[in-house]
Amino acid sequence: MSKPRIAFFDFASCEGCQLEAINFVEEFLVLLGHVDIVQFREAITEAEWDIDVSFVEGSITREQDIPRLKEIRENSKVVIALGACACTGGVNAIKNTRPLEDVRADVYGDKKDWFPTFPTRPIDQVVKVDGYIYGCPIDRNDFLKNVQLILQGKKTLRHNDPVCVECRLAEIECLLTLGKPCMGPITRGGCGAIDPSYGHPCTGCRGLVDDPNENAAMDVLAEHGLTVEDIRSYMTIFNSFRPEDIQ
Amino acid sequence: MKKNIDIHVHHVTRVEGHGDVLLNVKDGKVEHVALNIVEAPRFFEGMLRGRAHYEIREIVSRICGICACGHALASIRASEAALGVEPSEQVIDLRKIVLAGENLSSHFLHIFFLVAPDLFGVKSVLPLASTHRDIVVRALKLKKLGNDVSDVIVGRHVHPITMDIKGFTALPTVSALRDVQKQIIEMIPEVIDTVDLIASVADRIPDFKRETEYVSLGPIEGSNEYPFYDGIIKSSEGLTYYPAEYRKVTNEFITPDSTAKHCKHLRDSYMVGALARFNNNSDLLRPEAKAAAEKLGMIAPVHNPYMITVAQLIETVHIMYDTVDIIDKIIRRGILDEDYSYQPRAGTGSGAVEVPRGILFHHYTYDSKGRMENADCVIPTTQNLENIDQDFRKLAPMILDKPEEDISLLLQMLVRAYDPCISCSTHQLNVRFK
Ligand code: SF4
Ligand code: SF4
Ligand SMILES: [Fe+2]
Repeated sequence: MSKPRIAFFDFASCEGCQLEAINFVEEFLVLLGHVDIVQFREAITEAEWDIDVSFVEGSITREQDIPRLKEIRENSKVVIALGACACTGGVNAIKNTRPLEDVRADVYGDKKDWFPTFPTRPIDQVVKVDGYIYGCPIDRNDFLKNVQLILQGKKTLRHNDPVCVECRLAEIECLLTLGKPCMGPITRGGCGAIDPSYGHPCTGCRGLVDDPNENAAMDVLAEHGLTVEDIRSYMTIFNSFRPEDIQ
Repeated sequence: MKKNIDIHVHHVTRVEGHGDVLLNVKDGKVEHVALNIVEAPRFFEGMLRGRAHYEIREIVSRICGICACGHALASIRASEAALGVEPSEQVIDLRKIVLAGENLSSHFLHIFFLVAPDLFGVKSVLPLASTHRDIVVRALKLKKLGNDVSDVIVGRHVHPITMDIKGFTALPTVSALRDVQKQIIEMIPEVIDTVDLIASVADRIPDFKRETEYVSLGPIEGSNEYPFYDGIIKSSEGLTYYPAEYRKVTNEFITPDSTAKHCKHLRDSYMVGALARFNNNSDLLRPEAKAAAEKLGMIAPVHNPYMITVAQLIETVHIMYDTVDIIDKIIRRGILDEDYSYQPRAGTGSGAVEVPRGILFHHYTYDSKGRMENADCVIPTTQNLENIDQDFRKLAPMILDKPEEDISLLLQMLVRAYDPCISCSTHQLNVRFK
C-alpha cells in the first residue's frame, strides 16, 4: 500500500500551528516514515496535487482566498482545519467586532482602500471540512492522536467537555476563586488545561463547547468580582466569530 | 545579446509567509524587480483598540508563531513604559532566557531548514533525511533546544503562557533551570560542528556586496552586553536614539508601485537583523563567538546580505554560552517569590527588542482604566523590505547573463537570507498594484 500523501496550507495565520507540527523531533521523523509530504511551502519547494489529507491553517479574510481554498478542497480527499484560526476564526475574528472601515483606517490611515478585506471566517464557512484540530496553537499530543485517527480514516476528537474537567482531574487550583477571568467553564478541553496549570486563566483558544451556557458562565465570573465589560472583552479574544457577521 | 526575461516566482518557498519575486527585463535592461508581499493582512493594531492591558500581549504574540515571545516581550516592555511599571532583576533575567531560546530556535530553523538546502543543492530538508540523516537529526534537536529553553520559563514557546506585564504567573524551579542548562552545555559541540560545516560550504554562498545602513539595538551606557533585550537604537551611520524615538528611524512610507509599507532612515534603505547586530556590536560578542566569526571569515562590517545566515550562526554560539551564565546567575540568587501586581494608569510608552529578524518596536497609549487607545508595531521584515528591493536592483543587472533558472534561484536565495517573516509584517501590508 502506498503511503498517504499529506499537505500543509496556510491562510491568514501566524503559522504557529504548522511550526508546532514540526516541533517534536522523534515523532516527526516517525511520521515522515509513514506519510509523503507533498506540499509544505514553509519547509519544502516541491508542490504536487492529488492529496489524501490536507491540513489547512489560517482564517479566510479576503475574496481572493476563496478560490485557493476551493482548489485545495477539490484536490484533497480529506480536509482538516488546523488550529483556532481555521476552526473558529481565532484572534483574526476580533476585527469582526468593530466596523471594518475603522479597523482598516487604524492600520493604514488614508490608504485604507488599498487593502481589501472582508469579515474573517473559519474555513468551514467556505468549504466542507472533515475534521478539526483545535487550539491556538494546537496541542502536540492532541495533534498526534488526531493524526493517527485521520490516517485510520476515523473522525477527529470533538472534545465536548470543558477545560474545567481537565483542571479538576489534574487538581489545579481554580483560578475563578482567585478572581481571574478564566474561560475554562465554557471552553472545549483537550489541552490538558495547560494555561491554568501555569496559573494563567484559560482564554478560550479552543473555542466554545457545543452548547455553552454563556450566561451562566458570565454569572459565575461576575460573582468573582469581574465586570461585564471585562468578561465580554476576554470572551472575544478567540471567540468573536458569529455566522451572522458574514451574511 | 539583448535579453528579455520574465520571472514571477509565485509564493517563494522556505520563507515564513507568502511573497512573490518579480523580475522583468526588456532588451537587456531591468525594468522591474521586486519582492511583493501577497499575504493576507490581519489588522492587529486595529484589533487592539479598547482592549484591557492584560489582554494585549495575549493577542500580539499571535502576530507570529516564530517570534511569538519577541512580540510578547516588546509588547510587555511598551506596556510597562506606558503604565509606569518596573520589572525586577529576576524578571529581566528570566525574560532574557525566553528571548535567547526564541532566537536560537528561529536561527536554527532558518540555517538548517530554509537556507541549507540551497547550499547542498536540494529542494528541501526532506531528501537530506536519507542522505545526511545526522545533519537533519542535529537540526531538529537544535531547533527543539531553543524551544525547550523558552518553554521552561513561559510554558510553551508558541504561544507563551506565563509571561505578563511586571512578572510571570508561574516561576520555573531551580531543577528545571539546571536541566535546561545541562541540555545547552551538551549541545554546544553540535553548534561548533555546525560552524565547521557551514565554513566548509561557505564558498557556495553567493558573493555580492552592497553597503547600506545597519540599524540594531546598541548597548545602554556603561553596559558591555551584546544587546537583545535592552538597549538604545543604534545606526551604523553614527546616530543613536531612545526607543521612544523609534519613528525618527523607521519613517514608514507607502509607495504607489509597491505592495507594502517600507522604511528608510539616512540612506535609501536600511538593514536590521543578525548581520546589522553583528556589524554594529561585534566587539561585544563573547570570545567563543568571536572565534566562530574568525573561522567563518566574518570581520565587521560585512556588506554581503547573503551572510545574514552566517551572522545568525555566530549569534547562536554567543547565545548558548551567555544563557548558561544567566541561568547560573539566577540559580545563585535563588528563585524569589515576588509580588507581580500593579495598577494601570494612563500613559504612552515604547518597547524595542531584538527578535530573530531584527529590531522590533511596539508603541502603546493607554487610557486611565488601562484600555488601549492607540497601538503601533513596526516589524523587522517591514524595515528590511526596502533594503531587499535595493539589493535586487543592484544584483539583477549583474547576473543577467546567467540562465533564467540561476537568476531566479539567486533572487530567491537573497530573499531567504533575510529570513523574512511575512505573516509578521502583514498585520499592515499586502495588496498588489497594477
Ligand atoms: S491558531 Fe494560533 S497558533 Fe495557530 S496559526 Fe492561528 S494564531 Fe497561530
Ligand atoms: S487552557 Fe484554554 S487558552 Fe489554554 S490551551 Fe486550553 S483552551 Fe486554550
Ligand atoms: Fe515574525
